[in-house]
Amino acid sequence: MSTVKLTVNGKAVAVDVEDRTLLVHVLRDHLNLTGTHVGCDTSQCGACVVHMDGRAVKSCTMLAGQADGANVTTIEGIAKGDELHPMQAAFRDNHGLQCGYCTPGMIMSAIDIVQRHGGQLDEATVRQELEGNICRCTGYHNIVKAVLDAAGRMKVSQAAE
Amino acid sequence: MYQTTYHRASSVDEAASLFGKSSEAKFLAGGQTLLPVMKQRLAGPSDVIDLGKIKDMIGVEASGDTLTIKAATPHYDVATSDTAKKAIPALAYLASLIGDPAVRYRGTIGGSIANNDPAADYPAALLALDATVKTNKRSIAAGDFFKGLFTTALEDGEIITAVSFPVPAKAGYAKMRHPASRFALTAVFVAQTKSGEIRVAATGASQSGVMRVGAIEAALKANWSPSALDSISIPASGLLADIHGTAEYRANLVKVMAQRAVAAAG
Repeated sequence: MSTVKLTVNGKAVAVDVEDRTLLVHVLRDHLNLTGTHVGCDTSQCGACVVHMDGRAVKSCTMLAGQADGANVTTIEGIAKGDELHPMQAAFRDNHGLQCGYCTPGMIMSAIDIVQRHGGQLDEATVRQELEGNICRCTGYHNIVKAVLDAAGRMKVSQAAE
Repeated sequence: MYQTTYHRASSVDEAASLFGKSSEAKFLAGGQTLLPVMKQRLAGPSDVIDLGKIKDMIGVEASGDTLTIKAATPHYDVATSDTAKKAIPALAYLASLIGDPAVRYRGTIGGSIANNDPAADYPAALLALDATVKTNKRSIAAGDFFKGLFTTALEDGEIITAVSFPVPAKAGYAKMRHPASRFALTAVFVAQTKSGEIRVAATGASQSGVMRVGAIEAALKANWSPSALDSISIPASGLLADIHGTAEYRANLVKVMAQRAVAAAG
């Protein structure tokens, strides 16, 4: 057992876990942040993507100990109160989800994509960059539309800040 | 996953000493291969020693005609490094093709070459560029480092600290990506060293892991152009065959990827 200290969605937490515990299980089972999903559990589907120190990572492919001291943001941490993050709003407006299982990972990866590419984003780039996120409903068309929409919204909201 | 004990090393020496005290330890860098293997219970190390936070093992540096990538540098940092892009653009490009974005944030060059997957990208670059693998004990030429499937010259407890690449006159990489796994169905790295030597390495092709391709090297030595390989035929014997492609298919890919890599190198 080890104590793992993290900042999750802005809040300092400490959990006592077995060393073999994965980050995703700390989030879901110890912190009850069940928005982060375990889809394939083999590092392929991306349903478990969270941001760690500003980078989108697969939380099913990290030991909790590796994240000790890190700043973690999950899907629960991106809205401002009742105001959805522009990426969440764009997914809703563009019907970018069907069953919704992949959506938290899609959104966390998509925010990372927009942050890396800024205004340079086009459809081909979004499709290429989403390679690590799998939608079993195969609803990629509206997901890509939502990401491009959000890229514009995020630019506007950054400019306003 | 089986029970294990996690250690975070703060220096290479500490990591080596922790290894010596453990019964069956494994070094962990980005964990993008080791952790999936542990989750499937195909590996059950008593201890995992995390190298990912050792500051001396992260970074990309150029000095004279050498580009050095420290072993725990993630693929994303290599792909986006101005230093790497300026010194060996083909190497930065190769790093940008590994896995997916989330994997590239975590996976490292040291982890990739220590694992020596027969379809991994970096081994082709090391072999074609005649790189040197630096460990906490010695320097190993790439040609002596890769010893076949998932096998390297590393001794028990030896830690890769960096890889040094001589900056070539020209280099190019072309990869036929498996559309799901993103591993190389076959990929070829071509390089022309500053002294004029031609070195060509293919990954994802041979049953023995990464390999030099002598026939292509000779043809490119005579004429550095994609068309120089038009009449080359690569034998299929000893090449990988699976549901994704026959040995004959891969043999042809070695030639086609080499042609594309030469075109990319210019």
